[in-house]
Amino acid sequence: MRALSLIFGLAVLQITTLSVRAAETSDYRLKYDTAVVDQIDLLIRQSWEDNEVSPSEAADDITWLRRVYLDTVGHIPPLSVVEEFIKNKDSNKYQQAVDEMLDGDSYVNNWTTIWTNLLIGRQTPDRTSRDGMQKFLREAFAKNRPWDDVVYDILTAEGHFEENGAVNYLLSQMTMRDEGVQATAKTTRLFLGTQVQCTQCHNHPFNDWKQSQFWEFNSFFRNARRVDHDKIDPNTGQEVDDYSELTTNDFSGPVFFEKRSGLMQVAYPKYFGNDVEFDNGKSRQKILADAIVADGDHQMARAMVNRMWGHFFGYGFTRPVDDMGPHNPASHPMLLEYLTESFVASDYDMKMLVRWITSSEAYRLSSEFNTKNEIDNPAAGEMPLFSHMYIKSMEAEQLFDSLMVASNASGMNRANYAQAMRQRNQWLQQFVTTFGTDENDESTTFNGSIPQALMMMNGELVDTAVKCDPGTLLHQVVSAEEKDSKKVQLLYLAALGRNPSGRDLAAVKKLMQISGNPISAYQDLYWALLNSNEFIFVR
Amino acid sequence: MSIIQPENMDRRHFMRHVAASSAMTIPAFHFLNHLSANAAEVRKNQKACVLVWLGGGPPTIDMWDLKPGSKNGGEFKPISTAGDLQISEHMPKIAKQMDSLSVVRSMSTREADHTRGRYYMHTAYVPNPTVIHPSFGSVVSHSLAPQRKSLEIPSFVSVGGGAGSAGFLGMTHAPFVVDSNGQIRNVDSGGTDKRRLEQRLAMWDVVESGFINSDRGDLPQAHKDVYRKAVNLMTSPQMDAFKVAQEDPKIQEAYGNNNFGRGMLMARRLIEVGVPFIEVNLGGWDLHNDVFNTLSNQRLPTLDQGIAALTQDLKSRGMLDDVVIVCMGEFGRTPRINQNVGRDHWASSWSLMIGGGGLNGGVAVGQTDKDGVGIESQSYLPGDIWATVSKAMGIPLNIVHTSKRGRPMKIANGGTPIEELVG
Repeated sequence: MRALSLIFGLAVLQITTLSVRAAETSDYRLKYDTAVVDQIDLLIRQSWEDNEVSPSEAADDITWLRRVYLDTVGHIPPLSVVEEFIKNKDSNKYQQAVDEMLDGDSYVNNWTTIWTNLLIGRQTPDRTSRDGMQKFLREAFAKNRPWDDVVYDILTAEGHFEENGAVNYLLSQMTMRDEGVQATAKTTRLFLGTQVQCTQCHNHPFNDWKQSQFWEFNSFFRNARRVDHDKIDPNTGQEVDDYSELTTNDFSGPVFFEKRSGLMQVAYPKYFGNDVEFDNGKSRQKILADAIVADGDHQMARAMVNRMWGHFFGYGFTRPVDDMGPHNPASHPMLLEYLTESFVASDYDMKMLVRWITSSEAYRLSSEFNTKNEIDNPAAGEMPLFSHMYIKSMEAEQLFDSLMVASNASGMNRANYAQAMRQRNQWLQQFVTTFGTDENDESTTFNGSIPQALMMMNGELVDTAVKCDPGTLLHQVVSAEEKDSKKVQLLYLAALGRNPSGRDLAAVKKLMQISGNPISAYQDLYWALLNSNEFIFVR
Repeated sequence: MSIIQPENMDRRHFMRHVAASSAMTIPAFHFLNHLSANAAEVRKNQKACVLVWLGGGPPTIDMWDLKPGSKNGGEFKPISTAGDLQISEHMPKIAKQMDSLSVVRSMSTREADHTRGRYYMHTAYVPNPTVIHPSFGSVVSHSLAPQRKSLEIPSFVSVGGGAGSAGFLGMTHAPFVVDSNGQIRNVDSGGTDKRRLEQRLAMWDVVESGFINSDRGDLPQAHKDVYRKAVNLMTSPQMDAFKVAQEDPKIQEAYGNNNFGRGMLMARRLIEVGVPFIEVNLGGWDLHNDVFNTLSNQRLPTLDQGIAALTQDLKSRGMLDDVVIVCMGEFGRTPRINQNVGRDHWASSWSLMIGGGGLNGGVAVGQTDKDGVGIESQSYLPGDIWATVSKAMGIPLNIVHTSKRGRPMKIANGGTPIEELVG
């Protein structure tokens, strides 16, 4: 427990709550709602049978721990946590580990990062407050606010971009005077898992969306008004950016758009073609948010369930996760519907959704193929059957945070968290290219290509991790009163979350012999581990 | 064993070697033995392609296919050129080179969304959820890299990013993204000497291979292949090709003192060491507002200088017949001018520029109607453009790639070289 409190930077209070919870083991049944997990397992098993595949074996404990850490809190587990987990013989240790993560700061940090990137991108658009956006999201994830409330706030927010951080989503979509076109496309994709951007100009060739629907949806965003405030810089006398805010204008008319034939058409606010209730004085965004929340089909919940499943398994029920609809049938429609209903019934409980997914049988499976599930290969374009785990490459943020954990003897501590985040943002920019379009879309070179390999081999992060300065994990391990074999084992556990194989040990022995200096041999070993494919893949 | 895989050894064969040389005996690491011997030798007549990518979607009606007298015509006038066609008055330098360059005026490409259009124009395939198609630069890399044994740097270079991905052809054919300043980050191994780096890589190779052999699909091997390329790059004198600042100041000036100019000059330097495909990104064409001022004051002068300088420079070095230049974005823009004096996305009738590489110059291929909204000739798809490029580069059009799922994919999506350009 002590180790965990260190990484989350929490004090004694945290430890107490954890031990109280550990005592109430009977609570888990209720809390985990095993009926939901059982049903997930049943439906997944059904798909294995239907497709005549056999699942791979379960991953070993520490492989699972590494996976669930990376997926849930965004970094590898600290060495002390790994050691603790190996020793722990409690049959509830898996749920305990997940609960501890869900209660910690790293969970909040991780999901704040993920959603900030989704909502406003890795490069902050002009006159948008990243800090404001993050503040809003931190609170939402820390309090585990129901997802429908979070979405409602994001879509209906008004005010100063630091005082009400939720406004930054729409502000970031309104950097061009594009009459809410981008906000329309992005909102349907992010929150409703539906891609409509093509229907701006014509009826969709593959899905049911019509051009008129795009503009009906668009008309919900016409009340939103971005106001940018400038100020005079006293030093230069120049006008500079002050703050921005989101307010409403008095737009109340219909929206006009041009058909391909050149005919002008008119569109009124409608939600997926259905009329919405107008209420005097209510903004168009509020009308939209009300319609999304009241939607009896629960598309918002379905979209989130699909996205979350995709996050944990590497593949969602549709590919991509944000392009759902009759034109792109789900791989596991019954499971998707079941999870959607359960998520709604839980009052959009994000943490509960994480518990269900990470407790499932499929999530425990090894990422190695066996002879009876070779066809389950979505990387080759096949439909995912979830009969083994799919490996996924770490995201840039996961890599940065994991290298922090691998570098520091104390894991990530909260005292320097803000500083670490600033460093991380700066470091990230080397990988981001923006296309400079109205969509603010970005691409990344953190995609397994050469710049990433060069960064790992020669960059500052790994260099710091292998420096062996006091305070580093490497220094702690190397200077401990332990046998060499134990030190090697600890470095493998720290970097890869596994014990060294015989082949590994033989290579390490050779390295020690040719190195002459034991410290440089350990440095070289740690460099090799951190640069390996096994490190950068979530497996 | 070396992580530098011998070119003539296939992967399975290579893996047997890896397996055979057990970790018990790590031989001295042959790390830098591939170099220098033939690096300086530049083969003549090596084919290459430079793709000038106008990200955001250029208003080609104001550039290559002007409509004077139409309600859609806008503010610019056409001017005569050294070729048999007129182009915008704001590209006077290109106009002088138009005897070597041509314009296709009847592109019709259906995808008017940035992401989809970018994908379609780069790959010749529309996006499909179950397969990722390679950008054409990756196709060229895949076809020509094996013949260019002395090339130590990546065979697909993207100056400024946005060049898509190698898709099912694998990460070793992915675009190598660089800045136009020529500084490659982290390419220097700092204080780590060669011997130490070799020791590290020997240890690394054991872990790396162990994971590859654990049956988790293709990604672990791709990781190793990319590291192999990265190590090659760290030690190659060909990296000097990125250092545009080493060029004669007069030539630098001719290309323009801006990122695009430097990117175009870098392209020429990369072609000289044997890189077959370079994409140079010039963004900022998503001109929903204020299209005419932005074009005449900013975009077109930069583009004009860069393309004209490259064309002229290649010509004077006797290289133009071997180098195809293509200039396009993800789509064109609406003939109709909107209320913000801008043009919106438009894919059904637009133009691109293509020339060099032995293609016919000074030609306007295809035509649009008087308002630019419809096509009055044969129309062309991206596959036709890439088939034309393939033909110019000597890449056979009967190549069929196989996706990971075993699906056959014709090169350039089965497009046909454009008769007026190759005939």
